Amino acid sequence: MSATAEPTLSRDDHRLSSWRGVVRQYDYHWTVYKRTWKSSIVSSFLSPLLYVLAMGVLLGGFVHVGAARLGGAPSYLAFIVPGLIAAQAMQTAVFETTYPVMGALKWHKSFWAQLASPLEARDLANAMLAFTLFRVGSTCGVYFLVMSPFGVFGTWWGPVAAWPATMLVGMTFATWTFAFSAFVEGPDSFGLIFRLGLIPLFLFSGSFFPISNLGPVLEWVARLTPLWHGVNLTRMLCLGHLDWPTAAINVAVLVVLLVAGWRTAVRSLTRRTAL
Amino acid sequence: MIHARDLRKSFTDKAGHVVEAVRGIDIDVRRGEAFGFLGPNGAGKSSTMRMIAAVSPVSGGELRILGRDPAEHGPAIRSRLGVCPQEDTLDNELNVFDNLYIYGRYFGIPKREVRERAEELLEFVQLTDKRSAKVEGLSGGMKRRLTIARSLINRPEILLLDEPTTGLDPQARHILWDRLFRLKQQGVTLVITTHYMDEAEQLCDRLVVMDRGVIAAEGSPLELIRAHSTREVSELRFPVGDHEATAEKVADLGERVEVLPDRILVYSDDGEHVLEQVHDRGLRPIATLVRRSTLEDVFLRLTGRTLVD
Ligand SMILES: Nc1ncnc2c1ncn2[C@@H]1O[C@H](COP(=O)(O)OP(=O)(O)O)[C@@H](O)[C@H]1O
Ligand SMILES: [Mg+2]
Repeated sequence: MSATAEPTLSRDDHRLSSWRGVVRQYDYHWTVYKRTWKSSIVSSFLSPLLYVLAMGVLLGGFVHVGAARLGGAPSYLAFIVPGLIAAQAMQTAVFETTYPVMGALKWHKSFWAQLASPLEARDLANAMLAFTLFRVGSTCGVYFLVMSPFGVFGTWWGPVAAWPATMLVGMTFATWTFAFSAFVEGPDSFGLIFRLGLIPLFLFSGSFFPISNLGPVLEWVARLTPLWHGVNLTRMLCLGHLDWPTAAINVAVLVVLLVAGWRTAVRSLTRRTAL
Repeated sequence: MIHARDLRKSFTDKAGHVVEAVRGIDIDVRRGEAFGFLGPNGAGKSSTMRMIAAVSPVSGGELRILGRDPAEHGPAIRSRLGVCPQEDTLDNELNVFDNLYIYGRYFGIPKREVRERAEELLEFVQLTDKRSAKVEGLSGGMKRRLTIARSLINRPEILLLDEPTTGLDPQARHILWDRLFRLKQQGVTLVITTHYMDEAEQLCDRLVVMDRGVIAAEGSPLELIRAHSTREVSELRFPVGDHEATAEKVADLGERVEVLPDRILVYSDDGEHVLEQVHDRGLRPIATLVRRSTLEDVFLRLTGRTLVD
């Protein structure tokens, strides 16, 4: 505490820009990630590959239908891989915005420590969503890379364009899940998300079979889910059979939901923390 | 430094009832002083501190911290404050050093400087040998010291301490008081809440006595004692159940008499003389004690209740 060189006094005179608000939390999220990345390997990288093996290769070996019934995919494996990656984006995003949000509010209380600094609720939400984007991007990126030697992608640029599409799907789910997690009292409500949200979406939004198999009514229900838009977009890009008007609708729906979810997430955390 | 007029805070609890935690208080804290809020649990101390820390929106009245309105300039105010909340918000999963380092980064302090500063502060709170330990395993006193170190990382102009020694053993309290004295000598403005009258007397230049959301009195510890109590207090202990009846027999011996469940307090300027007269009247207390008046007596006088129940 002695007076050595004159210290620079870090003082803010205004609200931080959104960018700086996130950058100041980089060290926090990086330190936590360095501690936890090993334990996330199984859920992020290993189990998706088991799905590919079990569903795509072993189960897919029994599936012999024409490409026309598989959205133009030459094999069931090529059909299912884009669907699985889009679903993985959703799962990763939901995982990163449920327990981590509750932990920051209730267990390790990092939100409360951060709120005593110049950061605001908006900055905390943004940083956690940015970290989620990193997790979704890296998980799906590895998925695409690992799958590329197996001839499931129609063109080289297909998966490159599909990668940001999976991030878009992931973040649509991340923002709304964040808003929910900051709203509910405790983690018991998360069971609701997993059982009534994730699992039905995963099974019936076109990841495993074309939604036309559902029959006309349920097909329309499936079309209303954000995951279907994500799966459809990712698959069209991966297979190289792009129907531009449909792709535009998929992107528009996801972007609108993402922006609305983001605002809701910030508002939800602001309300939760303004005691 | 801090200026409040008719400051209010109310909460709506889960059942929908409105709880008025702070009901119109006026305070002025000056640069370099140690200012205290003394009051029992539920008095509204933490609610006030959280408003001053610019994390809790004001429900009514006027509040200026370092000349700024917290509703408008929260980030600017918080960049100049150090905060030790009543319940610590240390990250249990990170080690001691990382808790300081990461927190410093929230303030935008450059990496190299925040590292140097963290080492200095560990030295200051005597935690250098715990540098790489997980926070989870630290004792209560160590966690408090770490919280204080963390709150100093941005070289704050005002340090807010909400019940800094509650729950600590006497030795840990004394270490902490010593560090707070040093900070005061370095010119840091301290704002402290406590329900320990000895802590208020030791640390505070000036304080307010707070009860049920309002301020009952204000002044230096000595001024408060002079204004609201006598020089000495004679404590008389009789067999259980006798206190009410006996109190009437000694009521005229002092300026004032207080009956507590376990003893009678007689307020006068000469405590020994009171004891002599008690004996002259043929009363035989089990135990007696003469002491100087404290802030506890001030609180009892002002509110009719004791500080720690
Ligand atoms: N978040 C809250 N919601 C509802 N009531 C609260 C909340 N925080 C404090 N209170 C109530 O406000 C009153 C004052 O509390 P507090 O400021 O913590 O007092 P102190 O710190 O002096 O013990 C208490 O009755 C408490 O129950
Ligand atoms: Mg309190």
